[in-house]
This record gives sequence, C-alpha cells and structure tokens, in this order.
Amino acid sequence: MKIVVCVKQVPDTAEVRINPETNTLMRDGVPSIINPYDLHAVEAGLQLREMAGGEVTTVTMGPPQAELALRETISLGVDKAVLLTDRLFAGSDTWATAYALYKAIAHIGADIIICGKQAIDGDTAQVGPEIAEFLDIPHIAYIRKIVEVTADRIVVQRLMDDGYDIVESTLPVLLTVVRELNVPRLPSLKGKMAAKKADILKLTAADLKVEEQDLGLKGSPTQVRNIFAPEAKTNRTMLHGTPEEMVNKLVADLQESKCL
Amino acid sequence: MDYFLTEEQVMIRDLARQIAEEKIVPVRAELDETGEFPWDIMKTLAQSDLFGLFIPEEYGGLGKGSLELAIAVEELSRACLGVSTTFAANALGTYPLLLFGTDAQKKKFLPDIAAGKRLVAFGLTEANAGSDAGGTQTTAKLEGNEYVINGTKQWITNGGEAEIYTIIAITDRSKGPRGASAFVVEKGTPGFTFGKKENKMGIRASATTELIFDNCRVPKENLIGKEGTGFLVAMKTLDHSRTGVGSQGVGVAQGAFDEAVKFARQRVQFGHPVITFQAVQHMLADMATSIEAARALVYAVSRLVDSGAKDVSKESAMAKVFATDVAMKVTVDAVQVMGGSGYMKEYPVEKMMRDAKILQIYEGTNQIQRNVIGQALIKEAARNK
Ligand SMILES: Cc1cc2nc3c(=O)[nH]c(=O)nc-3n(C[C@H](O)[C@H](O)[C@H](O)COP(=O)(O)OP(=O)(O)OC[C@H]3O[C@@H](n4cnc5c(N)ncnc54)[C@H](O)[C@@H]3O)c2cc1C
Ligand SMILES: Cc1cc2nc3c(=O)[nH]c(=O)nc-3n(C[C@H](O)[C@H](O)[C@H](O)COP(=O)(O)OP(=O)(O)OC[C@H]3O[C@@H](n4cnc5c(N)ncnc54)[C@H](O)[C@@H]3O)c2cc1C
Repeated sequence: MKIVVCVKQVPDTAEVRINPETNTLMRDGVPSIINPYDLHAVEAGLQLREMAGGEVTTVTMGPPQAELALRETISLGVDKAVLLTDRLFAGSDTWATAYALYKAIAHIGADIIICGKQAIDGDTAQVGPEIAEFLDIPHIAYIRKIVEVTADRIVVQRLMDDGYDIVESTLPVLLTVVRELNVPRLPSLKGKMAAKKADILKLTAADLKVEEQDLGLKGSPTQVRNIFAPEAKTNRTMLHGTPEEMVNKLVADLQESKCL
Repeated sequence: MDYFLTEEQVMIRDLARQIAEEKIVPVRAELDETGEFPWDIMKTLAQSDLFGLFIPEEYGGLGKGSLELAIAVEELSRACLGVSTTFAANALGTYPLLLFGTDAQKKKFLPDIAAGKRLVAFGLTEANAGSDAGGTQTTAKLEGNEYVINGTKQWITNGGEAEIYTIIAITDRSKGPRGASAFVVEKGTPGFTFGKKENKMGIRASATTELIFDNCRVPKENLIGKEGTGFLVAMKTLDHSRTGVGSQGVGVAQGAFDEAVKFARQRVQFGHPVITFQAVQHMLADMATSIEAARALVYAVSRLVDSGAKDVSKESAMAKVFATDVAMKVTVDAVQVMGGSGYMKEYPVEKMMRDAKILQIYEGTNQIQRNVIGQALIKEAARNK
C-alpha cells in the first residue's frame, strides 16, 4: 500500500504577531512547526502502514527550509520524503498549492492520501479536497477513526456536528483528519538518526512538467487586494420577548433602516 | 555548562526531555498519589528506543554507554524519580546479563529488553541481607539439569511488573562469599510468585515488591557466569549502575532547582520578588553550584566507565554519594525557597524532596559508598608505599 501524507510547515502561531501597519504576519524569528493536524495525518499514515503494510511518504510544498519538517516526519518513522520547492511555486493560493501537490502525488503514486483538516495559518481547509478533485478520486473529510482497510477499500468514521457518519470508499482515496483520530507518536532515536542521514527527494516545477502559468501567483485565481482588520462595531441591539415579538421587532427595524 | 556532548548525545538528551515534559510531567502527581505503575510511559520509552541505549547493536540496541544512559536518566529524573527508577532498575537488572551472560543468554533476552518488550528487575536484597549481602539466605541447589531455588527477596524494584529477574542465591554455603551465584528467572516459572507490594514515602510510581521462590526450578543454562561468582556479578553490576543513581540525583536536583527559581522570581514580599533577597540568592547559588559539580562528576565517571577502565568501584561510589547527597540537600532547599507553597502538593517540589531520599539508600546506602571509597583509599595507599 502506498500512503502519501501532505504536511505543511507553518509558523508557530502561539508565537506569531500581526504587523498593525500592513496587517501581515510578522514571521521573522518565529519558529516553524509542522501544522499540528498534519502530525495526526502522519500518525494515521504510520498506523495504516502497521495495519496494511506498505510505505509512507510525506510531501510538502514550501521554501527550502521546509526540508526540516520533512526530516522531522522521518524521525517519526516515515519511509520517504519529497520536497516541492521552486521559486515558481511562490505566491500560490490554495488552488495552485493543490495543483502542484496533485502533480507530485501523481508522480509518486498513492493508494491513500492523507491531509490535515486544515492548516493553522491559512485555515481554509481547501487543499485536501482540491487535490482529490484534481486526481479525480473520492475524498472523505474530518475522519475521526479508521475502522478497517483492505487492499482496495477503506471504512472510516467522519466527524459530524452531532455524531459521526460511517463512510466506506474504494481506493485510491484522500482523507483529511481531525485531532480526535489519534495521539501522534514522539520520535524514536533510530528515527532521529535516520532523519539526519535521509535523502530528501527534491522536485521542481520542471521535474513535474508543469507550466509556469499554472503555478504560483500566475496560477492562482485568488489575488489578495488588501488585508485589513474588520472594524469592531459596537452598536448592536439585543431583542427580548417571545420569538413572535422579537421577529416583529426585527422586521420593523429592518424596514426602518431600509434593509427590507 | 557545556559538557561538549556529541551531536548524538544532545539528540538523546532532547528526546528524553521531550518525553519527560510531554508525557511524564502531566501525570506525575497522579502517579505519586495512586502509586499506579507507569505502563503508558514505559511504552513511550520503548517506542523511542531508549531501552536499547546501552545494549549492543548486535542485540538490537544502540550500542551506547554509561554516559548516554546517564544523560537519559537525568532528564527523566528531572520530571519524576518514580518513573526514572523504573527505567534505571531495568538497566540494573540487565547488567548481569550484559557483563557476564553467555552468548545464548544474550541472544535470548537482550533483543526484547532493547525493544522495551520485557522489563527487567534485579534481586539481591533480603530481610537479613541489606547492606550486608553476606546475609543472603535464598538458596539454589543443582538437581540434575535444573537449579531449585528457595527463599524470599524483598524490596525489589519492578517486582511483579518485570518479566525477567536476575537474582543472587547461595549455591554453596560452605564457601562463604564465594558460594553465591547469579541466575536469570522468568516471570511465570512455576514456584516463582510475588509477595507484598510496599507502600512508600516517595518514588511511588515505581513498584517495590517481594519475590518468593518456593521450589522454583530453572534450567542449568539460567546460571549467569560461573557458580560461586554471584557476589562478583552483583558488585560489578552495582559499579556500573551507581553512575545511573548519581544521574538520578542530578536530575531531581535540577528539576527542584528550576521550580525554585521560577517561583522566587514571581513571589513578591516586602514589595520585591523574593529572588532579589540576598539570602534567597545565596541558597540558589549554592544549589546551582552543587548541581553543576555533581553533574560534572557523574559525567566524568560515566566516561571513565565507558573507557573500559577495569576497576571503577571508588569513582562510581563517589559519583553516587556526592550527587545523591546534593539531590537531598537541593530538594530540601527548594522547598525552603518556596516557603509554604513548596510544602503543598500544588507544586512538585515536596514530591521531589520525598523522592530524593531513596537515592541515599538504595543500590548501597551512602554510608556503604563511603566504606567502598575508604577501602579503596587504604588499598591505594598501601600500593603507593
Ligand atoms: C486568497 C489567498 C491568497 C494567498 N496568497 C498567498 C501568497 O501570496 N503567498 C503565500 O505564500 N501564501 C499565500 N496564501 C496562502 C497559501 O495559499 C495557503 O497557505 C496554502 O494554499 C494552503 O492553504 P491553507 O493554509 O489554507 O491549507 P489548508 O487547506 O487549510 O490545509 C489542509 C491540509 O492540506 C495540506 N497542505 C496545505 N498546504 C500544503 C503544502 N504547502 N504542502 C503540503 N501540504 C499542504 C496539509 O495536509 C493541510 O493540513 C494565500 C492564501 C489565500 C487563501
Ligand atoms: C524503594 C526501594 C527499592 C529498592 N530496590 C531494590 C532492588 O531493586 N534490588 C535490590 O536488590 N534491592 C533493592 N532495595 C534494597 C536496598 O538496596 C537496601 O535497602 C539497601 O542496600 C540498604 O539495606 P537496608 O535497607 O537493609 O539497610 P541496613 O543495611 O539495615 O542499614 C541500616 C543503616 O545502617 C547503616 N549501615 C549498615 N551497615 C553499615 C556499615 N557496615 N557501615 C556503616 N553503616 C552501615 C546503613 O547505611 C543504614 O543507615 C530497594 C530498597 C528500597 C527502599
């Protein structure tokens, strides 16, 4: 079984501050960590390997120093790691990120792809499902338990607001995982020693045979115009009474302010 | 202070520290309260390869030495001495096999020990054999291809939880100290059961129990070393493990010191943090100095052991006695620096103080260590005459 886990290196948000002038993250001197959800994704990959055999590969797209995040996953027991790094990837939105990751995963080959639920910096939770769409395979988001896995299908529990669904899918499949799924293991000494020596496969845009226009800023349909903190509005009104009274008051107010 | 550790030694320290902070600190107070055996932590330590640190690579270990073990034990002890005692007693029980075991014995036991699959205990002490191992009453009699063991060991760390026991029994009483032998006995062997589990002042997460042998038959191959070398096996084992007890002392002292400094910076009296008072600073200065001296001695002796030096009795006794006396003093002083708060269970130093006391008692009391050092001094003086 080939298992690919997507990991993202993120700034340790516990340490991040926002520049009040530009409204951008002040990343200087902030330590980088593996996106916490992705540690659960790695743990899921390792447990799937224990259940079904095979190998686990981690993939990240990021600047050269993202290699450190990959080495950390090797210290946890991951077999191989792939770094997508190229100036052409810079400025990618979630679409362009997912496109590059899709190309890499298609290049490596995978039966199960695992992503975190979301990244703690970008927070969109889009990349996983987008990769699945590019690959034209099913995805199951927010999984909280792996029930069983065979060579060609998987049964999982998907977290819902009030309980969980049991979902069965054929392979290949993409999963995104929540914290309830598992407790990520700590590294081992042998893993740490292996991590120091491991060869990390580095892929550029040219290796993936992708066009410049599909990557980075050029390949990103979303463009950031302006970043600002929403103004805090203080003039809110609380309505009291029975539901009927409150609805009547609300409709009257909205009419008065010409919203209706 | 920089001890010029290798990159690998730093890696071992960092990993042991991570386990201590993430897995041990959050549960130590509860383990202390309930006396529950820390199996979850043992599993984490097994997964991390730390059980294999000092075991040769050919048996699945990492092939490191006493210094690496001391570094790991120090970090675990900084968080909880009960947990680190469990871990260190495993090494204590393994040394007889490592130092004197046959190839077959090593192949049979060491890989599982290195993987943390089976825990080990060392059984020397008995009701009438504490400081004086000569009082050992447990016997082992050869009958055909088996030894028949009878007797009771007391206060054995990891008793009941461990699956492999290295024990000392008398095979020929007429030979006095040369009549003892070492054996390996597996849990589940008929005639081998566990008695009382002790209720202790400290290191409560560690299990301390009686081992009861009632016509327990083990195959002849379970003899470690030769018949009659039991006390030699025990003494060489203790020579190796004492630096580990020293590093437990360094660790618990460091843990208590860190808490005291943190507290003294925050606690305000007479309008100032108490750390600004010179009397408090002097206590902290003495604590820091003695911890650093203890660590330097423990590391130096560990390096001596790793160099393959033949006789390390004196030096390992020095490391044990000094570092554990430091541990007792520093943990008591940490409580003092923290005042009433230090005495309360909301803070970890009262536990550290209770825990630290055992270090001056087990693996040879500190009086006995001084006897060992004294005897070595006499021998050296005679040699130099
Ligand atoms: C409108 C917009 C504009 C942006 N512009 C820029 C820009 O100009 N420059 C810039 O640097 N960033 C930019 N970003 C951020 C960047 O696009 C996202 O961080 C990135 O696409 C991942 O999205 P996310 O952080 O929301 O991840 P999510 O979708 O929340 O992440 C879900 C999971 O996907 C996987 N994953 C996500 N990213 C990666 C990755 N890089 N490698 C491997 N796995 C991954 C992980 O498993 C993760 O847990 C922009 C984002 C947006 C929304
Ligand atoms: C929690 C715990 C765990 C233990 N774990 C193990 C274990 O895993 N395996 C094992 O084999 N044993 C273990 N022991 C036993 C431990 O090693 C002994 O308690 C220790 O060796 C001292 O023996 P004793 O308690 O009988 O004290 P005693 O020998 O009765 O000593 C009483 C006092 O007399 C002093 N004294 C005795 N003889 C002399 C002398 N010649 N000169 C000067 N002073 C002397 C001692 O220093 C002490 O102060 C453990 C003990 C405890 C409490």
